[in-house]
Amino acid sequence: MAIKLEKLTKYYGSQAAVKEISFEVNTGEIVGFLGPNGAGKSTTLKMITTFLTPTSGKIFIDNLNTEDDSLEVRKKIGYLPEQNPLYPDMNVLDYLEYSAELQGIPKAQINDSVKRMVKVCGLSDVRYKDIGELSKGFKQRVGLAQAMIHNPELLLLDEPTSGLDPNQILEIRKLIKDLGKHKTVILSTHILQEVQAVCDRIIIINRGEIVADNTSEDLHKKFKTQFNVNVIVKRDPKIGKEKLTAELEAIQNVEKVKVIAEEDTWKIELSTSKEKDLREDIAKKMMSLNLVLLELHQKETSLEDIFRNLTMN
Amino acid sequence: MDKILTITKKELKSSFDSPIAYIIIILFLIVTGWFFTNTLFPNGLVSMRGVFENIIVHLVFLIFAAAISMRTFSEEMKSGTIELLLTKPIKDFDIVMGKYLSALILVIFTFIPTIIYVLSFKIFALGPLDLGSIFGAYLGLILMSGLYISIGIFISSMTENQVIAFIGSFLIILLLFLLNKILIFVPTAFVSTFEYLSSDYHFTNIAKGVIDTRDIIYYLSGIVIMLLLTKTSLQSRKW
Repeated sequence: MAIKLEKLTKYYGSQAAVKEISFEVNTGEIVGFLGPNGAGKSTTLKMITTFLTPTSGKIFIDNLNTEDDSLEVRKKIGYLPEQNPLYPDMNVLDYLEYSAELQGIPKAQINDSVKRMVKVCGLSDVRYKDIGELSKGFKQRVGLAQAMIHNPELLLLDEPTSGLDPNQILEIRKLIKDLGKHKTVILSTHILQEVQAVCDRIIIINRGEIVADNTSEDLHKKFKTQFNVNVIVKRDPKIGKEKLTAELEAIQNVEKVKVIAEEDTWKIELSTSKEKDLREDIAKKMMSLNLVLLELHQKETSLEDIFRNLTMN
Repeated sequence: MDKILTITKKELKSSFDSPIAYIIIILFLIVTGWFFTNTLFPNGLVSMRGVFENIIVHLVFLIFAAAISMRTFSEEMKSGTIELLLTKPIKDFDIVMGKYLSALILVIFTFIPTIIYVLSFKIFALGPLDLGSIFGAYLGLILMSGLYISIGIFISSMTENQVIAFIGSFLIILLLFLLNKILIFVPTAFVSTFEYLSSDYHFTNIAKGVIDTRDIIYYLSGIVIMLLLTKTSLQSRKW
């Protein structure tokens, strides 16, 4: 199940929500669709589901086009919209049965499909309850169950963990990861940890345009320009702040040094000019100065930093 | 076709799960019952025309049709479930049909108890029955409510606010009902047009027991136009 977006553009009136987006997703990939609120993530997903029609550009799912083969495309897609809309006055089983019938699952298999989803999504304790009475976490599971009842090859999840508590978030992420083993998944989110935890590949979108499309590691490699190193050493009356700064600046590739005096310690923040691990050099330097090293910690550029860099302009 | 019935079934179930449907049905029966007995005893008139041609019964009925159809699409648009429905492998027109059928069945369900009135003629031997006009009245009611509901559903598909949907469709069907009652204010050139467009004019014809294809065509064409407009309104999200 491969998806291909070709120069997809969507205008709402005169305002462009999505501008000439192109990318491909291959079978079995879990793709994180990342971007600030209002970047065009939901609009793109809605076009893939055929809910909206692109102003220009095309979407192919396998070899089907979302505009010409709309009904065929819909059969292959499982969709969890943003906010997870549900019918509060229906009970869980009725709702899943209803979804199964609308998906066109043959009558004889509906019961099995519903049972399977109740099991996979952990809904057996609440299956006779009205959806309106369920907690947010359970509602989200019902939303996922509904999206997957027809065993779709492509799963589109629009902010599947928004509004959940940390435990529920972990559960839902685990569920998505387990399910994603056999499916192509596109997951839209603005939560970075989610993408790191779940996705193989990250597409960052900002103001309707793709600003990055990489695997999580490649993204780090590409945008990692420097390390930040935090050092704490025991304060020695023989060595002053200026001397320490000068000594550290003498190390090759060290760019910035900031020494902060604390009660018994020096707290040092270093940044390196190149992508080079300087921990060894720093430790040796401290030894040569006879300073007792208490802490040495290297921070990589985080996905947050990359994200902020790409979307804050 | 299966999917149309799936939607119809689901909609009917949720209507009968809530008390509103029962309240509306009971109110309708109280009003029709009142006018049934009221015209029966003083005049000794053995006919259902006293009930089904009473203007107050019609007004209650207009409110009823608007109330049933207001939630069909507005509710789903408000809650966002419309997005799920429209991304399922089902044609937009089938969704419209499913919802339309459920509303129509609900209305027909409301008439059914009024058959008690008809039976009481028989049981208490109140007089000779004009079966033709009784049959006509029921056929007319079904056609007329079919038209009202199709209008109500169309309005409902244009707004996510149920109150606006209710008021909008009530005003339009009220206007349609009143068209043949304001003929004296209408320039003579337009009288026949106004009369033809009036829902009550055709109903009165059918309720006499004279079933004329012109009257049937009026209702059926109106319903088809409204359902197609509803489909277009659903698809307007893509424009």
